Amino acid sequence: MDNSNNTLIKLSDLKIYFPIFKGVFKKVVGFVKAVNGVDLDIYRGETLGLVGESGSGKTTLGKGILQLVKITSGEITYIFDDEEKNLQSLPNEDMLRIRKKMQIVFQDPYSTLNPALTIFNQLQDPLKKFGIKPKSKRREILETLLEEVNMPKESLNHYPNEFSGGQRQRIGIARALSLSPEFVVLDEATSALDVSIQAQVLKLLMNLKEERNLTYLFITHNLSVAEYFCDRIAVMYLGKIVELSSAEELYNNPLHPYSKALISAIPVVDSNSKFGRKRIILEGDVPDPANPPNGCPFHPRCKEALEECKHNVPQLKKLFSSGKEHYVSCHLYKKEFV
Amino acid sequence: MNNQTLLTVNNLSVYIYANQRCNKAVQNVSFEVQKGKILGMIGESGCGKSITASAIIQLLPELARIESGEIIFHDSEEGDIRIDSLDKNSKEMRKIRGEKIAMIFQDPMTALNPVYTVGFQIMESLRYHRKLSKKQAKQRSIELLREMGIPSPERRINEFPHQYSGGMRQRAMIALAMACNPKFLIADEPTTAIDVTIQAQIFELMFKLKNQYDMTILLITHDMGVIAELADDVVVMYMGNIVEKGSVEEILMNAVHPYTRALLKCIPILGKGKTQELEPIKGTTPDPYDRPQGCQFYPRCEYGTDKCLEFPETCYISNTHAVKCWHHMKVLENG
Repeated sequence: MDNSNNTLIKLSDLKIYFPIFKGVFKKVVGFVKAVNGVDLDIYRGETLGLVGESGSGKTTLGKGILQLVKITSGEITYIFDDEEKNLQSLPNEDMLRIRKKMQIVFQDPYSTLNPALTIFNQLQDPLKKFGIKPKSKRREILETLLEEVNMPKESLNHYPNEFSGGQRQRIGIARALSLSPEFVVLDEATSALDVSIQAQVLKLLMNLKEERNLTYLFITHNLSVAEYFCDRIAVMYLGKIVELSSAEELYNNPLHPYSKALISAIPVVDSNSKFGRKRIILEGDVPDPANPPNGCPFHPRCKEALEECKHNVPQLKKLFSSGKEHYVSCHLYKKEFV
Repeated sequence: MNNQTLLTVNNLSVYIYANQRCNKAVQNVSFEVQKGKILGMIGESGCGKSITASAIIQLLPELARIESGEIIFHDSEEGDIRIDSLDKNSKEMRKIRGEKIAMIFQDPMTALNPVYTVGFQIMESLRYHRKLSKKQAKQRSIELLREMGIPSPERRINEFPHQYSGGMRQRAMIALAMACNPKFLIADEPTTAIDVTIQAQIFELMFKLKNQYDMTILLITHDMGVIAELADDVVVMYMGNIVEKGSVEEILMNAVHPYTRALLKCIPILGKGKTQELEPIKGTTPDPYDRPQGCQFYPRCEYGTDKCLEFPETCYISNTHAVKCWHHMKVLENG
């Protein structure tokens, strides 16, 4: 599977740090290393899953790609009409054009809609910004969009409090799609929903992807949903990607000890597996990202840790298993596996 | 009912009165909890799980009222206790709460008091119920925290909840609930706010405690996976009603109510990946103030007929497996 000429977004050594201030003079005493050196290629037309526990930097990475938080160092390259654009060095007008191509759907459908505005008033803003006139045309566009996400077009005249969580999330999706983006970040888009509604929204997102040829970055902590929904999955731990492979491969053959523990920790609805599955229980908590451990960030909780893990930071290595790409950053995997 | 039953809930109805409207949050709910077993209660948000639990421990919100029905706690020492007839703040109720029945809440940050140390909050319950001296209570609290797997409890006992991490807070809450060795523990979504690896730790701890102290647990959750892994018996709730109950095998392998079936089909299962086909349930949960007539699931149900406008009676599939659906035979025939 060679996708190298089909890359949409390329991240190289991306770092996003948040300063910690202290005292009256707001002296910087340290940094929370939310994203700490991420290399990642997002291919055109795929759904890339980003999984990890809270505090692992998933959301920050997603926002970083959209330039919603400031990047400390590293590069984001967006391939736009066969032209490589480096997002940091781009003038504002060009950035605006690219922003049109990248959108986000947020986690909480209750706090992302303005309660004081009707759906039409808040959804028309992006269209206005890009010069779609007159108002009746904007209304027309939004009406077809809402129908696409299975909402009645009369919803435009209503206020957010009149809708249920699932309906609001559909409105959030419609808003993200209003400028016909190529790339959508779904930041825990189904986490706040009940399971029966979650399935509806997942199906809707899959259909929209087919119809509009979208590329998704699906951020979630729910691994069962990620496996169902994603083509490739990246596992994050303390601001680093520890494993990256196709969804199937990751579940059948997880390599990194953290991914193994994460997958084994999920309760499964399958009474056959109730006694057969061996559960790996991790000890302790995720370390403080302001003060990550030396060497491999996972070594204090890792049962298979070597002496080397305490000193050297492992790099993301490319392995091949059964002919497929599989990246892992762990000292346990040496060259003989390549 | 036999002598293995610890708690019986009979035709319990709880209504919530707000804004001059009445939400019939729990309607005619009956179930039994067997000694030493884990009863799982599953349902989507707003289906009345937590209200049922807080009715059992008499911690209902102010606007809610037990309208009818009985809650009987079968105590081995004092015989049967009618919890529903006790006053919320009565001496008897306060004696039961914490000593015989304890509760773990969903969000440990809001359940623990932020202005008292964790140690103080655990000691409070020990001193009230067990009449221990300050020194003894402190000793016991340290032991409890150690048992829950909190490192260096001598130091941690003097810390405030905000100094704990999410998983540790939940452990501290379990320590608080376990302080007087209650016979019955209500766990209201104990791991919803926690990451999966920590969730696995907490469940392992709860399972260990259950075996060690021969405790009975009512586990409330919305995660079918948790039910499959932990529960012995299952109660499925939808819009304030119990639609199906039975042993965990009966519910997972041989669900009869259309809602339970639909619920099982719309959850992605780990390991099946893209090969599985999710079947979303159509529509949304109805407005609790504007409920459908008869069977609450009727508007979303594929088996619905005019008969469903009448509220279904309980039908027994086996001794333990009961369902409230007019069309359960049709569902069974469908495989």
